[in-house]
Amino acid sequence: MSIIKTSYSRRSFLKVTALAGGGMMLSFSWLAGCNPTPEEALTLPKEWFELNSYIKIGENGAVTLMSPNPEFGSNVKTSMPMILAEELDINWKKVIVEQADFFPERFERQFTGGSQGIRLAWKPLRTAGATARQMLINAASKTWNVPAGEITTEGGILFHKPSGKKAGYGEMASKAAGLPVPKEVSLKHINDFKIIGSSRKNVEGLNIVTGKPMFTLDYKQEGMLIAMIVHPPAFGLKVKSVDDATARSMPGIRDVFTIKTLEDDYERNGFDTTSFTELVVVVGNTTWEVMNAKKALKPTWEKISDSSIVVQGRDGKETVTIPAGLESTEGHKASMAEMAKKPGNVLRKDGDPEGAFQKAARVIERTYSAPFLAHNTMEPVNCFAHVTAEKAEIYAPIQAPEFSMRTLTARLGLPKEKIHIRLARMGGGFGQRAYGHHLVEAAVISQKLNAPVKLVYTREDDMTYGIYRPMYTATYKAALDEKNNLIAYQVKAGGIPEGPLGHSQNRFPAGAVDNYLAEEWKQNSNITIGAFRAPRSNFLGGAEQSFLDEVAELAGKDPIAFRLELLERARKNPVGTDNDYDPERYAGVLKLVREKSNWSQTDNNVHRGVAAYFCHNTYVAQVIDLSMKENKPVVEKVYAAVDCGIVVNPDAAANMGEGAIVDGIGNAMFGEMTFVDGVPEKNNFDKYRIIRQMEAPKSIEVHFVQNEHDPTGLGEPLFPPIFAAMANALHKAKGVRLYNQPFSPQIDKKVLG
Amino acid sequence: MAVFILNINGKKQQVDVDPATPMLWVLRDHLNLVGTKYGCGIAACGACTIHLGNIAMRSCMLPVSQVGNQPVTTIEGLSEKGDHPVQKAWLEHDVAQCGYCQAGQIMNAAALLKANPHPGDAEIEAAMNGNLCRCATYVRIRAAIKTAAAG
Ligand code: FES
Ligand code: FES
Repeated sequence: MSIIKTSYSRRSFLKVTALAGGGMMLSFSWLAGCNPTPEEALTLPKEWFELNSYIKIGENGAVTLMSPNPEFGSNVKTSMPMILAEELDINWKKVIVEQADFFPERFERQFTGGSQGIRLAWKPLRTAGATARQMLINAASKTWNVPAGEITTEGGILFHKPSGKKAGYGEMASKAAGLPVPKEVSLKHINDFKIIGSSRKNVEGLNIVTGKPMFTLDYKQEGMLIAMIVHPPAFGLKVKSVDDATARSMPGIRDVFTIKTLEDDYERNGFDTTSFTELVVVVGNTTWEVMNAKKALKPTWEKISDSSIVVQGRDGKETVTIPAGLESTEGHKASMAEMAKKPGNVLRKDGDPEGAFQKAARVIERTYSAPFLAHNTMEPVNCFAHVTAEKAEIYAPIQAPEFSMRTLTARLGLPKEKIHIRLARMGGGFGQRAYGHHLVEAAVISQKLNAPVKLVYTREDDMTYGIYRPMYTATYKAALDEKNNLIAYQVKAGGIPEGPLGHSQNRFPAGAVDNYLAEEWKQNSNITIGAFRAPRSNFLGGAEQSFLDEVAELAGKDPIAFRLELLERARKNPVGTDNDYDPERYAGVLKLVREKSNWSQTDNNVHRGVAAYFCHNTYVAQVIDLSMKENKPVVEKVYAAVDCGIVVNPDAAANMGEGAIVDGIGNAMFGEMTFVDGVPEKNNFDKYRIIRQMEAPKSIEVHFVQNEHDPTGLGEPLFPPIFAAMANALHKAKGVRLYNQPFSPQIDKKVLG
Repeated sequence: MAVFILNINGKKQQVDVDPATPMLWVLRDHLNLVGTKYGCGIAACGACTIHLGNIAMRSCMLPVSQVGNQPVTTIEGLSEKGDHPVQKAWLEHDVAQCGYCQAGQIMNAAALLKANPHPGDAEIEAAMNGNLCRCATYVRIRAAIKTAAAG
């Protein structure tokens, strides 16, 4: 057992009462997968005793665990309570899981994104569980008048073996709740874990398969109106006027007006979007009526002028220029080619790259590109708000409520104590739901109407609203000496309106090459961007790992052996001191995937591609097995090896990994948003191609490295490298290298041509 | 506006709506059956799949006026306790991630198995190709359908 201090999680012991919530669905873990036996079926207790923010125990032994973070499908609502339950030492089948509201006074970091949920909650949740357990032990120690050190627990029962006394947690809960919080608690040794590391079903499983209301879009309350927005059809346009005469007279329509969501001089945070701050709003009784009235509006638009805004982003305060103009994809491509010729901003330089390229035996240079991508969560943007003069009630699909809270406070003129944000299950997030514009819009609309409102975007509104993954390009250059050693490596990358390299210049292969150079540039745009599953890495991983495949080929080396050779160099004799990866763990996933995929085995009908990447603190290597059927690539199998430390819920972790792999293959093959005169050319799923059942891999194996490292991120790291594994396998299958995403149109052309 | 008497999940339900209103919005806004989801509104994603008789239909493009007295089944009416073989298989494989698309997937899979109790891989893929899952749970969906078919 390790002893740790609890002092850092004081806030979880504050006895502050939650604002009125109500209507939240409880999730019983035993409901998933089977019908409870009568012993398992919990009756709700007469009274709950709160041991800390996360844990309530009823006098009958029922346990409620609060899941602090917003749930968007990564299954934190199961895995976070599993961590609490492990240290509390209870029977998982008797647990009730409840989604916490946004409540920063009681919970730490209620943010879902960056694959950091489990990593950063690991210690706080374990401590909360262990502390509550210790308080129950202390209560029993007092009651039985025996030393606390002689009391053991198992499955929610306290034992004093020497005297044969035992009691359920429920019997001690009331006394425990009144005891002081212990200064130190012991955490379990990982070998003693019973819940962590063994797969548990999604606590919402039954609710999902029976269609229970769980998303904001499903939410309803007395007197609630439906609001929809009309935003400009193009980036670079704003509302000029709107003729709403017809719309107003349509059945079920209550009001039509224009709102301004953020003032121009408002200092934004990184999750405030600037897409369209002026919107036309239609309000009515039902969704269908409002949808129809929306179509009857006759708005006119005018061009925006150049402007600038102040943003408090991840790199500090920045003034961002928003250029006027109606941009097109063709223009973007031309200007990117121009920008790529100019010197970039040097992010890292080791040795003498120029000199090394001059004396190289062979040099290879390749340029990669990827388009804007829309998130396209299956649940379109929506939000419930009821704002009165006294308070604001918000029920929202939101990944980053603390940022929305800041914006809402400023915009509504209410202090944060008067704003209550309830966290809905999200029908997907992928980064888009970190941007809280929908909360502000719904709140402003509700404030104006003085009524409860549900704001609903149509799919078209959602897909054409912006917050896209930026458009990127990168040129890589490598030099080999006579013996085919990599002696120089350089990357110059840029994007619209953000470069992909900014925080990744110290990643592999930096540290493994004597002469290294990383440069970056960017070009402003009025098309808005946002985090998208593994931001920046989602391009870099694919480009870099495709390039390394080609360098290995040029060097006449096996692509896995080539990477291992570089990693060995980085381990033994690293170049530079700030390399941000552990070469041994990196090599570990490559070796594991080599073993699991039987890499050395070859089959003429199977074309294999490999890639590896490290991001979000997690190491991933992947192998794709491709076959060609009727000239179309079929992904027969994907092998993934992952090192994310301890895996809390293995089957759910594998599910998320499978999702990232399929999502990556889909975006590599089909994902693309293009523009003509500022207008996004795709506005629904008939035009925007998303991977479907027939194109999905036939099977996927996700293997986790077994070790005792604290858990790291998982939602994102399996996404970036698969782009390269796919490109590398396609190269084997068709003999062509693909440099520009999406791949599918090029393959189709090559098949036909 | 017009009055329609519908047969939904074995119950008669009356609504007074514009005849062009898609069943999706009749279910969600008027009958409080919100398990049927809105994803695209143009029959391109499958989130809104219901059964009309035994046939899987995209309710977002099905005007209420065309339903008549044909029995409608939604996810809420697929089984009483969530124990339809497809639902059980979904739980066994822990298919869902965000869960948003899953009602549509399950309704489509249930209709497939009714018409073809032992579909092959290609038949499953073809039948399920219209149902998008942005979380990309396709591999588990396929596995769950096979489990349900194996009974
Ligand atoms: S909402 Fe009906 S198919 Fe997409
Ligand atoms: S589970 Fe999220 S869209 Fe299918």
